[in-house]
Amino acid sequence: MTLSADGPCIGTRYFTFAEPPDGLLLESGRMLGPVTLAYETYGLLNKRKNNAVLVCHAFSGNAHVSDYHRADDKNPGWWDDMVGPGRAIDSDRYFVVCSNILGGCAGSTGPSSVNPATGKPFGLEFPMVTVRDMVEAQARLADHLGIDRWLAVAGGSMGGMQALQWAASYPDRIRAVIPIATTLKHSPQQIALDEVGRQAVMADADWNRGNYYSRRPPEKGLALARMIGHITYMSDRSMEEKFSRRLKDEKYSYSFATDFEVEGYLRYRGDSFVKRFDANSYLYITKAMDYFDLSGDRLFGNGQTVKARFLVIAFHSDWLYPFYQSREIVHLLKMRGADATYCEIQSTYGHDAFLLEIEEESRLIRHFLAKTADLADRCET
Amino acid sequence: MRLDHRTIYGLIDPGSRVLDLGCGDGELLLCLSEGKGVRGQGVEISEQAVYKCVEKGVSVFHSDIAGGLAGFPDGSFDVAILNQSLQEVQNIGFVLDEALRVCRRAVVGLPNFAHFRARWSLFFRGRAPVTPSLPYDWSDSPNVRFMSMADFKNFCRHRGFRILQANYLGVHGPVSFWPNLLASNGIFLIEKKRDWNGNG
Repeated sequence: MTLSADGPCIGTRYFTFAEPPDGLLLESGRMLGPVTLAYETYGLLNKRKNNAVLVCHAFSGNAHVSDYHRADDKNPGWWDDMVGPGRAIDSDRYFVVCSNILGGCAGSTGPSSVNPATGKPFGLEFPMVTVRDMVEAQARLADHLGIDRWLAVAGGSMGGMQALQWAASYPDRIRAVIPIATTLKHSPQQIALDEVGRQAVMADADWNRGNYYSRRPPEKGLALARMIGHITYMSDRSMEEKFSRRLKDEKYSYSFATDFEVEGYLRYRGDSFVKRFDANSYLYITKAMDYFDLSGDRLFGNGQTVKARFLVIAFHSDWLYPFYQSREIVHLLKMRGADATYCEIQSTYGHDAFLLEIEEESRLIRHFLAKTADLADRCET
Repeated sequence: MRLDHRTIYGLIDPGSRVLDLGCGDGELLLCLSEGKGVRGQGVEISEQAVYKCVEKGVSVFHSDIAGGLAGFPDGSFDVAILNQSLQEVQNIGFVLDEALRVCRRAVVGLPNFAHFRARWSLFFRGRAPVTPSLPYDWSDSPNVRFMSMADFKNFCRHRGFRILQANYLGVHGPVSFWPNLLASNGIFLIEKKRDWNGNG
């Protein structure tokens, strides 16, 4: 075990484990090692080590969940309104941890990392990883940080899948789970959308069967995949409010230039995405989401008592992870008599709501966490 | 504590598992968990009320009880509370059947449509009643079912529910005479009648 780059108190750190001859045994049966996770922490772990909250990022996120790294950074972390001093996930009160997922491309081991066997980036040599493997890696990080049991594991979208996976893999290591705008399993529609994105990447000649690290990456394909993604993150109504049919210039160009604002927005989103994201990671992570399935007895084993508390949140205009998928989670919680809360927030933002409806989410998460912390303190005294 | 809450509080055994169907802002469940150590779970249709529950630390499912209680196993709670919520659903029989499937007993709190002030309003003024327990204008009422205390007792008899206890409340306190005329609210503790060989 090594802990490298002891940077400033706020910043990304790296934890490497499963070094040879050990390795991380993946769900597919393959071994991977060494594995590095990029992670950030906020606040302090208390003496009883019962105030740690793990925040899991969504598909394209990273470990940088809150605050600014440098004074001249343009944007704060991806959930800065939710995580930080005095906010709902209060770093004055909780020890907040966020790590880049296994298979990602923001500091953790993924297909763009160097394969120790060849000295070159893995590309398609990288083994397939699943949400369970991502959680397995996070559990090793928790061991390393001295956290036996999380006060809560929270996340939206694919972050919510990881939160649910924690409940399935390590029911004794969590006090509370906060799955937001997520699902027990990808539906055929969700798999189909992912497959269209993957095919967009793979149809780009620059993809070169994943072997592009010393040449031009498949920017066109990845940008197209991201454009499709962004359509699924919004709702018809939020697109109407944001763009309507507004034009970039006053008149139609009668060409395939970007006449409409919505076209310009999607192209901008696509182009900025390729600067920060690896195309192979896109393929691996979407596949991990498609493999995810905790339906039936897989979330809670047969006859198992659910000890963790749950706060399940869904949004009404979210058609990518519609509220009825959250209701399926709630159904399992009812069947097990779990201590659980469910809220469907009225929002027009679509799937993006989990990053935007901060006020409502904060009201729920702040008090739910406070109650969980209260119960944790009481049961230990 | 509100008078109706105080009455219901008295009907709940300490330490029992309570399912509050239409729990509103969670005030009653909070009192029950603090004062009687019950394990409470709320169900509530209003999003704003759900936030208030969570602020109190009350666990709640944001859902419509009219759709039933699918998912909750049979007999998984000791008692259901339906306080001022049953008159807001169309299919009262179905909701009560569901409540008594999931819970051994149910506490039902209902406004009395035959209260003398309601009768006065209808009979002498010819106007839809607005009373302390029925405070809404006819055009703006969440209530869809209007019943008297006698109606509910009759309903229970025909539906096979046994009334274990009936408490009648006026504006200021309990009512013991002519409840169908003088009570503004009734709070009934009911259970399913067993058939002769003990099956529910």
